[in-house]
Amino acid sequence: MSIAVAFEKARAEAGPAGRERPGRALVVGCMPAGFPTVEGSIASMKAMASAGVDVIEVELPYSDPVMDGPVIQKASDIALAGGVRTRDTLRIIEAVAATGVPVVLMTYWNPIEKYGVDGFARDLAAAGATGMITPDLIPDEAEEWLAASDRYGIDRTFLVSPSSTDDRIAMTVEHCRGFVYATSIMGVTGAREQTSSAAPELVARVRAVSDIPVGVGLGVRDGAQAGEVGRFADAVIVGSALIRCVLEAPDESAGLDALRTLSADLAAGVRAESDALAPLGSLARPEAAL
Amino acid sequence: MTASLAGLLPDVAGHFGRYGGRFVPEALVAALNQLDAAYRHAMADEAFQAEFGALLRDYAGVPSLLYRASRLSESVGANILLKREDLNHTGAHKVRNVLGQALLTKRMGKRRVIAETGAGQHGVASATAAALMDLECVVYMGEVDTERQALNVARMKMLGATVVPVTSGSRTLKDALNEALRDWVSTVEHTHYVIGTAAGPHPFPAMVRDFARGIGVEARRQCLDLTGTLPDAVGACVGGGSNAIGIFHAFVGDEGVRLYGFEAGGEGIGSGRHAARFSGGTPGVLHGTRTYVLQDDDGQTLESHSISAGLDYPGVGPEHAWLHDNGRASYLPITDDEAMAAFQLLCRTEGIIPALESAHAIAGILKIVPTLREELGREPTIIINLSGRGDKDVETAGAYFGILK
Repeated sequence: MSIAVAFEKARAEAGPAGRERPGRALVVGCMPAGFPTVEGSIASMKAMASAGVDVIEVELPYSDPVMDGPVIQKASDIALAGGVRTRDTLRIIEAVAATGVPVVLMTYWNPIEKYGVDGFARDLAAAGATGMITPDLIPDEAEEWLAASDRYGIDRTFLVSPSSTDDRIAMTVEHCRGFVYATSIMGVTGAREQTSSAAPELVARVRAVSDIPVGVGLGVRDGAQAGEVGRFADAVIVGSALIRCVLEAPDESAGLDALRTLSADLAAGVRAESDALAPLGSLARPEAAL
Repeated sequence: MTASLAGLLPDVAGHFGRYGGRFVPEALVAALNQLDAAYRHAMADEAFQAEFGALLRDYAGVPSLLYRASRLSESVGANILLKREDLNHTGAHKVRNVLGQALLTKRMGKRRVIAETGAGQHGVASATAAALMDLECVVYMGEVDTERQALNVARMKMLGATVVPVTSGSRTLKDALNEALRDWVSTVEHTHYVIGTAAGPHPFPAMVRDFARGIGVEARRQCLDLTGTLPDAVGACVGGGSNAIGIFHAFVGDEGVRLYGFEAGGEGIGSGRHAARFSGGTPGVLHGTRTYVLQDDDGQTLESHSISAGLDYPGVGPEHAWLHDNGRASYLPITDDEAMAAFQLLCRTEGIIPALESAHAIAGILKIVPTLREELGREPTIIINLSGRGDKDVETAGAYFGILK
């Protein structure tokens, strides 16, 4: 399924009370490929999808993930120490996409450049991914990626940040397809006590120049926060909190259970029936990060 | 390639040919633009230049001497001139860069600086500039390095800096850089990241070069005063590459002057334990810039190795990548053993204990003298950038030579 279809279906469903937009937000769940093993990551992603995560974001493990906090760093290190290769990531994407859930890849740029940009776009499309998120590639440097992603029909997700100027937001969303990733706080990935007050404002700034769906990430850890973000965002992106389910589990089946529980909580959070909404007061204090 | 071309690079987006640029999270773009604007403005501002010049002169001891090393010259059969950056305050060329960046920090109205450091030299220099200019300073340092370089950790703390041991990844310089970037993504509003070398995203490679390029400007003039001609060659060690680009840049337009960069060959290229990006790496993206990188077939960064912590880095400044590809400069690996032999030679002939980094430059020049003599049919005149002093390396060298246990 393409992500555009997923957004369309979600628009027909009911979101939480107070939601500003028609329908509900999608839940995007992130998991590093090969963490803790290739098969283990496939099982995790399938468990997330079966329990209500709408879109699986596969992160390609990289040795120097400057945009990631300690949880994703640790999971990436474990995957790399286990010997996961770029071609394994493609195989994982293929296995997960085969279940029908939309799959996007999140990757730092160097592994793609090393693989060959055009060849990677071709193989990524063949594996069934619908899009790719590039945390350290800005449109200014993306000429080759723009061409390759057009050629093979891969959606492009670049990031916007609270510090982006209006001009840069306009330029960035113009180069996105599928959705744009709004980093809701100034900081790296990782679950936080509070989500950010900067997020609604950033989303509004995107909406002022484009009707592209906006995914909000960095800091969401449970259904209550997902519901909160799901009031104004089109997609709620959750990474570290899900990964922690696996990192902290005593064994694989406990990890999968924890993943299913959190996934279901997140799925409930973005839906109308949710009674898990956080008090609005917890939206404050973006600096309470890290 | 002409002098004017060299003067024009990088382009407005920070590219040196296909190298350089900005491969960073969008969250940093605003800060990089702010820095770029402040740097361009400062470069064109006579008041800034006067302040920077006075600080270098009165505080750092610049211009450094160009010293004719007679005994070394005699023993190698060339006329060797040493650019004595080791005599600067804090003992290395790095003080030029940190003073420039600290001044810019104040101009931007920021009150906190962060820095990464490997052996601790850039950390000490940053802590020094921060103390001088009343800025809060946090230094990220790989946990492995904090253990190996306890004295420099103490120095930074004495100067009032906070030292944060980095426990992620390989717990060395590249991870310290990652952690500093992560800090900066969160604190960019009031914090400036003082990158220690001419690498990283634009404008750092150009800005750090411009703060360090006085080395070459001075050396060129000093050489003309001393010998009446330009040198036949200029040599420097290349880690990230700030001392090398600092001395090269003023000579890039002088076609008769050969430029040599010497990178760490470690235990030999064949051993896999080295930091030779040009001999053993390939073009890629690391820490915000496109350059030569030590990486595996999947683009994962490989760990580098060198007896010299300052050369122990898997990337290199993008302007060097450009000078390498267009042939204007040559880059050769020097093994640990070759560097240590040159270290000893300089100690014994000139009474100068060089930094292990700078010993690579001495060793490299020793290797190329025979070829140069043959080409020129006479004794070549060569400037070597003696980028730092060796006090910090006494323990390593003492152990290598069996003087210390």
